Amino acid sequence: MHGEMKRHILADAAARGSLWTRLSFLVMGAGCIRYKQFVRGAAYLLSEVGFIFFFRDFALQYLSRFATLGTETQRKVWNEELQIFQRFPGDNSMLILLFSVLSIAVCAVFLYLWYANVRDAWRAQENAEHGCAIASFRDDLRAMRHERFHVTLLALPMLTMVLFTVLPIVFMILIAFTNFDADHQPPGNLFTWVGMSNVTDIFLGNAIKTRTFFGLLGWTIVWAILATFTNYFFGMLLAVAINSRLVKLKKVWRTCFVIAIAIPQFVSLLLISRALEPAGAINVLLMKLGVIRSPLPFLLDPTLARIVAVVVNMWIGIPYSMITFSGVLMNIPAELYESAEIDGAGPMRKFVSITLPYMFFVTAPATITTFVTNFNNFNVIYLLTAGGPFSLDYYQAGKTDLLVTWLYKLTVNRNDYSLASTIGIFIFLLVGTCSLIVYNRTGAVTKEDQFQ
Amino acid sequence: MKNARIRRRVSAVALNALIAVLAVLWLVPVFWLVISSFRAEQGAYTPYLWPKAFTFDNYIRLFTDRRLFDFPRWLGNTLFVAACSCVLTTMLTLMVAYVYSRLRFPKRRFLMNASLVLGMFPGFMSIIAIYHFMKAIGLDQTLLALILVYSGGAALNYYIAKGYFDTIPKSLDEAAILDGASNSTVFWKIILPNAKPVIATTAINAFINPIVDYIFVSVIMKDNYNNFTVAKGLYTMVDKTNIYEYYTVFCAGAVIVAIPVVLLFLRVQKYYVAGIVGGSVKG
Repeated sequence: MHGEMKRHILADAAARGSLWTRLSFLVMGAGCIRYKQFVRGAAYLLSEVGFIFFFRDFALQYLSRFATLGTETQRKVWNEELQIFQRFPGDNSMLILLFSVLSIAVCAVFLYLWYANVRDAWRAQENAEHGCAIASFRDDLRAMRHERFHVTLLALPMLTMVLFTVLPIVFMILIAFTNFDADHQPPGNLFTWVGMSNVTDIFLGNAIKTRTFFGLLGWTIVWAILATFTNYFFGMLLAVAINSRLVKLKKVWRTCFVIAIAIPQFVSLLLISRALEPAGAINVLLMKLGVIRSPLPFLLDPTLARIVAVVVNMWIGIPYSMITFSGVLMNIPAELYESAEIDGAGPMRKFVSITLPYMFFVTAPATITTFVTNFNNFNVIYLLTAGGPFSLDYYQAGKTDLLVTWLYKLTVNRNDYSLASTIGIFIFLLVGTCSLIVYNRTGAVTKEDQFQ
Repeated sequence: MKNARIRRRVSAVALNALIAVLAVLWLVPVFWLVISSFRAEQGAYTPYLWPKAFTFDNYIRLFTDRRLFDFPRWLGNTLFVAACSCVLTTMLTLMVAYVYSRLRFPKRRFLMNASLVLGMFPGFMSIIAIYHFMKAIGLDQTLLALILVYSGGAALNYYIAKGYFDTIPKSLDEAAILDGASNSTVFWKIILPNAKPVIATTAINAFINPIVDYIFVSVIMKDNYNNFTVAKGLYTMVDKTNIYEYYTVFCAGAVIVAIPVVLLFLRVQKYYVAGIVGGSVKG
């Protein structure tokens, strides 16, 4: 429907447009200037001039090599006169890809501007023919502050979103189809398109990568479920306990737990991981107490390390869910309890039929967020176990590595960008789809307007 | 009747005791950090728990021993980056939150869903691309790059602010619009003055984030010591070669960083709930 209307405008403007409107197809802003929208017209014209220069002097050199990602390798040639190796810069595949993506984005924006220019010219012409008022610059300014205020406010945030989120994602998706790894590092070497080979490598080709991927995926899912469940359940219990009428000094207790999580994680997790080492404080304490005779390999044994990760995550996660649940508990409408009391419900009954369902309902979307956060819980794993104990069965990963920490190691330590991007896209698809479905189905979002 | 009162008494004591024990359990690492920062003996591991002697030297070394680890400089970097990113992020977040909370336009639902999905992409993957881009334009390993990276995601993190804006009665803006005010006036004169708590929260969160982040700064700064923030800098103190000599100094640094973060965090935790459960809870 929408697309059809767009074609209509362009087709109408071409068929029935005045000379000036038709001129707008070539010289942007012509139509606007004809109908005295000088500022608007000048802006269109300037953007066209700017774009032509941008395309000729910048975009063209990268886009023309986009299909191959460069052919000239950097060369070193011995210079007899100067007695040194001279470097002749070749193509930089990285820059070609990066700036091609940027150029395509700029082209897309320009295309939209071009369309808007024809549309505005056509509208101005139609308005003039029907004797309607044509929006002046002053009208435009007023619209920017009222009817089109969302455009004004969103312009800058959307620009940052495109630059810092959308384009990087497009870039990383493209990287997944190249062989950009440790052996193909620009500027010394070129990398090029390899089609789906990274995807097939992970899913069926390369035995060790497939094993690592599915091994880590399994653990990541188990971890996310365990972490979410323990935090949710114990956080709720703690909140209910502190909220109980019998408990004094509620604020003090809550503050104690909040202080624990307010300590930056890079500090607290490092401290805990040092304390868990064979010579660390926890082993010293346990030996002093006579519980154990020799140190326990908390972070060295795969199973133990996984348990430790879940337990330490409880230390971090429970206070968060505790404050969430405390907030929710305080917001349960008092009428619900009052009417239940009139019906003769005891404390247990009230808890089961009012408190619990209410908390489940309200925190449903938050639980999805927590699940996703845990799925990608970089800090706890990386700063606590660093993915260890390292495993020879795996490709560059350890037994407690999540997909996301594996990805980090692949990029930062190994420069294995293409493999990492492939995994990144997989995580993104999995998590993004699930949360989108769940979010749009939960009441809190769909009934958004009713709450206001 | 008397029996019931005693039973109530006993369960009250038991419950309070349980919570107290848990609170202590949660605070142990905090005590451990503070004690270690005052410990006179060096080293990460000691065969005993309570230090043999206490000293203030670790704190003094932190600020004076600048040969290997330039903590004062890192602290300055961190404050600078945190302040700039705080201003930028707060601005962007409030703008986006207002639009989604108050204005209705055709692409709204689409944009909100897109933001949600984009937010799911592992953050540092995009940071890697941004790093290469910064490198191409000669901005890599600079504080400016770091500020941009911390503020770049602001448009996706509007939930807390939007949740709060949703609670400001719509009748206020409707009345103003009837009186001839524009949406812009509503934003500046009605919404923002009524949203001071959430502005503070957004600003504080944006300020804390660069201080406690370790990943982004690692990717952007690589090994440019001079431009490290405290998180990255302190972490280099406890790598394998330095941990014996610098562990207690690290703890001192961590305490100095943690104190303001904890104080700020305590202030914003109230609104944390509103952001998580969104429009469904009225605070």
